[in-house]
Amino acid sequence: MIRRFKNVVIETVCRLMTPFLQLFGLYVIAHGHYSPGGGFQGGCILGSSFILMAISYDIDFAKKYMSEIKATVYACLGVIIYGGIGMVCLLIGANYLDYGILHTILPVDLARARAMGILGIEIGVGITVMAVMVSIYLNLVSGGRHVEEKVE
Amino acid sequence: MDFIITKYHYWFYVSLMMVGLYAMIVKKNFVKKLVGMNIFQTSIILFFVSSATKIHATIPIIQETEGIINPAHYMNPLPHVLMLTAIVVMVSSFGVALALLIMIYKKYKTLDEDEILDIMRNKQ
Amino acid sequence: MIVLEHAAILVVVIPLLVSFFNVIIGLWKKNLCYPMTVLTLGFCLILTVNIIVSVIEIGTFSYRLGGWTPPWGIEYVIDHLNAYIAIIVSFISFIFAIYSRKSIEKEISSEKIPYFYTLYLLLAAGLLGITLTGDLFNIFVFLEITSLSAYALIAIGDENAPLASFNYLIMGTIGACFYLLGVGYLYISTGSLNIADLAGLLPGLYHSKTIIAAFGFFIVGIAVKIAFFPFHIWLPDAYTHAPSAVSAFVASTMTKVGAYVMIRIMYTVFEPRFSTDILPITAILGWIAAAAIIFGSILALAQKDIKRILSYIIIAEVGYIVMGVSIANKSGFTGAVLHIMNDALMMACLFSVAGAIIYRTGSRDIYTFGGLGRKMPFTMAALFVSAVSIAGLPPTAGFFSKWYLLLGTIYEKKWIFAGSLIFSSLVNAVIFFRILEIVYFKKHPQTGLIKEVPMSMLIPILITAGGILITGFYSGDIISSIIRFAVPREF
Repeated sequence: MIRRFKNVVIETVCRLMTPFLQLFGLYVIAHGHYSPGGGFQGGCILGSSFILMAISYDIDFAKKYMSEIKATVYACLGVIIYGGIGMVCLLIGANYLDYGILHTILPVDLARARAMGILGIEIGVGITVMAVMVSIYLNLVSGGRHVEEKVE
Repeated sequence: MDFIITKYHYWFYVSLMMVGLYAMIVKKNFVKKLVGMNIFQTSIILFFVSSATKIHATIPIIQETEGIINPAHYMNPLPHVLMLTAIVVMVSSFGVALALLIMIYKKYKTLDEDEILDIMRNKQ
Repeated sequence: MIVLEHAAILVVVIPLLVSFFNVIIGLWKKNLCYPMTVLTLGFCLILTVNIIVSVIEIGTFSYRLGGWTPPWGIEYVIDHLNAYIAIIVSFISFIFAIYSRKSIEKEISSEKIPYFYTLYLLLAAGLLGITLTGDLFNIFVFLEITSLSAYALIAIGDENAPLASFNYLIMGTIGACFYLLGVGYLYISTGSLNIADLAGLLPGLYHSKTIIAAFGFFIVGIAVKIAFFPFHIWLPDAYTHAPSAVSAFVASTMTKVGAYVMIRIMYTVFEPRFSTDILPITAILGWIAAAAIIFGSILALAQKDIKRILSYIIIAEVGYIVMGVSIANKSGFTGAVLHIMNDALMMACLFSVAGAIIYRTGSRDIYTFGGLGRKMPFTMAALFVSAVSIAGLPPTAGFFSKWYLLLGTIYEKKWIFAGSLIFSSLVNAVIFFRILEIVYFKKHPQTGLIKEVPMSMLIPILITAGGILITGFYSGDIISSIIRFAVPREF
């Protein structure tokens, strides 16, 4: 039984915090290869923004923004981005995940191409981790039922 | 005595590991066993990360104005990266275990090991 | 050609990527999952055949991930032992992908079928990754991918399956954590994670207590994962209550790949003289393996449920492989490596026959199998071939691997080990002749509508039974072209 506890203060504060949370999560992902941070850490922060919505409002409210099917599809998309960058490197001619060869198709030099490759991979990891965190939470909280809960 | 004082951090990790192992073996509730497993894995992560430090070293990020760098001034980043992977493994096995516990609860209506064994014995 | 140059990495990456495509395509059209799975695993089979042909021609070769030179980068090293196990794993995964369609339709609700194929492909990718990699931490990552997929696949079986899978999860995670501790100790002492590099750095450090502790953690961690004697408790429940296709696939491959990791650590990372002279672990492992063989065979005799009988026989077979590894001479090691392939084929055949019987009759109790010899003739013929192979009679494959193991124990003058091997063959013969008597000579309790299983399940059963006979005939060729080069130089 999930009861919605309506309180104006909690709802407003959490609603104001969410864009800052997501911006900070994107910041952590983008600065991962240059300072502490990275794909997994940023993905957890992005996922926690959706979970904050689910905790402060109602699980149906969070499901409007990230339903379980959407979370599953995003998780797969993240891994496909990761593997896809590796396969692109393989198809151009170098070994798997050898980002240096990307300088032949992108208009940058060799060191910059490696940094771009790592950034692309971290973005894929971040999307997957965000989707998996939300999916684990939705599954556990609904008791494995995945149905719409009646709001009391 | 010197043996204990200079290596105090290893004693700490081993005692955490033993707390986790004790919880897994002795506690009757499945969720407590799972928390024990989590403590066990966390102590291994602490052990690895502690092996990366050096005396008077700083974080392994190079500023652009450095000339020739001396590796003894920077901490070793490789165990940190390995432990990122291990933390991901820990979280995903915890998630799978919790989903399994929901399935067990739906069937037996309890999460206590003794009661579940009683129900299984009475069914046969 | 670009595919053949990168075959070593494509074998692992293609099932991994296709499993995630499978989820998206399964949400759109459910019927496309099965053909995509079968095509992917067939492609991997072709690539592994290419790999083993290359290894026989040119010897050991390696593939650098990301272009980084080892030991700073991860590399995939393919030598004879690797390629041999990779082709076994990909062959069995392809066979059971074909087998799983009809068998799974009866056992799982239809909206979960795309997720079943996703987990199946992830399991296959993880097993191939463990086999082909040359980096110790990479083995840990793929070991956990494999184990997590196995926990989830086992839990969708019958009503006792979630509890069995939970037991397996707790014990399997502890085994993986011990393995990780071992890797950590080796990294602290040497600073390297690459297998070839460690083999060069370790001989100077054999007196250090850290290395001895690392070796102990490795052996115990892998022993938990392969259900070696005192740590075998999770195996009978997990394999009995899993769906038929899952228990067949997991039973044939996961314990064998774990035994491969044990061989790598004992004889490639550490030199053989470490395991025999400096820290005499081979003596201890030999005695525990003898206990595993006797214990597994006797407990298998006491069961009524066909899948439980087969699970206890797996515990005895793991005992054979570890005994062959611990004898540490040439014929013992040859017997152990040959037994990896034979055991995979025998368990594949037996579990798929059990799955076929469950598909048609719905019961697992062997006393209700009467009259099946007449109604399901081809399936029972496959059961007969694999029963003869487990008992160890020529010309099936089981005879040749037991012959080499017996020769190895006799050379070392360990008569009790030889006695345990013979005792286990007799007990296995008793178990299977009891089942065959019920199948061929008793009447069926009810005259129901029992026919032979559908073609998509029958062909894998017959292929594995034929494989047992063919590998029996060609054992000599297999040993002289592949296994002879996998034996360590010091034997």
